[in-house]
Amino acid sequence: MKYNVIEGLKYTRQHEYARPEDGAAVVGLSDYAQDKLGEIVFVELPDVGAEVEAGKSAAVIESVKAVADLYAPVDGKVTEVNEALLDQPEVINQDPYGEGWVFKVEVKDESQLEKLMDKPTYEEFIIKEEEEEE
Amino acid sequence: MGNVKKTPFYEKHVALNGKIIDYNGWLLPVQFPQGLVEEVHDTRKRATIFDVSHMGEVSVEGKDAEAYLQKILVNDVSKLKDNAIIYSPVCYPDGGVVDDILIYRINSENFFLVVNAANTDKDYEWFQENLFGDVRLQNLSPEYAQIALQGPNSKSILQELTDIDLDGMKFYRFQADVSVAGVNSIVSRTGYTGEDGFEVYCKNEGAQALWDAVWEAGEKKELRPAGLGSRDVLRLEASLPLYGHELSREITPLQAGLNRFVALDKPVPFNGQEALQKQKQEGISRKLFGLEMLERSVPREGYPVMAGDEEIGWISSGSYSPTLEKFIAMAFMDPEVAKQEEEVQVLIRKRLYRAKITKMPFYRRD
Repeated sequence: MKYNVIEGLKYTRQHEYARPEDGAAVVGLSDYAQDKLGEIVFVELPDVGAEVEAGKSAAVIESVKAVADLYAPVDGKVTEVNEALLDQPEVINQDPYGEGWVFKVEVKDESQLEKLMDKPTYEEFIIKEEEEEE
Repeated sequence: MGNVKKTPFYEKHVALNGKIIDYNGWLLPVQFPQGLVEEVHDTRKRATIFDVSHMGEVSVEGKDAEAYLQKILVNDVSKLKDNAIIYSPVCYPDGGVVDDILIYRINSENFFLVVNAANTDKDYEWFQENLFGDVRLQNLSPEYAQIALQGPNSKSILQELTDIDLDGMKFYRFQADVSVAGVNSIVSRTGYTGEDGFEVYCKNEGAQALWDAVWEAGEKKELRPAGLGSRDVLRLEASLPLYGHELSREITPLQAGLNRFVALDKPVPFNGQEALQKQKQEGISRKLFGLEMLERSVPREGYPVMAGDEEIGWISSGSYSPTLEKFIAMAFMDPEVAKQEEEVQVLIRKRLYRAKITKMPFYRRD
């Protein structure tokens, strides 16, 4: 696989990841998503304390050519945001699963996380999407 | 993908892993694996090759060719010499723009026009509607391929492939019927990037050989492919207008700040003359300005420009500029307000971001 997909993370159909962390989840863009977007130049973060809703826009990520919403993978309250991205949004391209995380959310309903894709399922999902593109 | 066209270089783009998109009915690469930002740097510092075969070509021949062009163009072709090129908007009688084009003068009875891909059919119809006297029009677009070789290394790459003296060719000059790697071509010192460079036109049959030769000659000179994405950013940095953004059916060349290409006092009447003269006298309510964001945010086409609570215009093109490492935009604004204000705001997703009005071009090569 051309794209890095990490074991233990959960993935959405819009290519966000959620890293479960006792009762919370760290959210970011998958390696596939950052590659498709291209050079990221701007990030708009949610406010700490804001309530986000699964499937609704929680942040905005802009590359040179495109504006993309980052959808919350689960419902919950934002507890932390990665403010370093405001000055260095390109970190998402360089290290999407590490330094490029976007925000942390308190998970209300664990079953929402469980319904997301695991590594093998997400890998298949990417392959299908790539085929459809061609 | 139904009715889309491939240029003769389509397979080259695929082999180079270009990301292909449908651009006005043409399958063209929007970017290559090095990415848009790198493509911009490659063009400014070394050399890039663009497939611009989607551009349209129209030949205008006959005894009345010059008089005919004087009527349809707002610029003055009477001063144009053989082997020279001028840029001109083509206007409707009301001053709205049909297209903006290049005019290559082969001789006084033979001109070669280069038009925007998306406008080729519309232009050709308009050219035909305006015909008079001894003029023969021919839409050569389906027969011609075109590459743009842009960047400081362009000249030395191309010089390896041709006997004509490229050093002696000034900007906006050309030679027709020249051999480039054995392929009969038109070579002009032109481009849409704000960088030194050349555009080479040839018939489709010679296209593969031309590309391969340029590619091989470029290998030692760090030539890389570039796509539509970087082309758009490069032209924005150089503040070159793009039809559909800075010019349109509704936007006149005077509003777009192209006054030096509008020969208002041309001795012969031309399409749009009265309307443009009137606009000049009465003043214009919307004019093109440059903006530089003072807060990080990406100004994009269509975003409103504000002065406090008042909406004073809109962004026509905007992007991150890799060369300047700034966020820049062209915007149509009320010139009265722009004169008074140094700073304005761009409305992006319900938030205002500060921007300053700046001189264009944003980027000019040394």
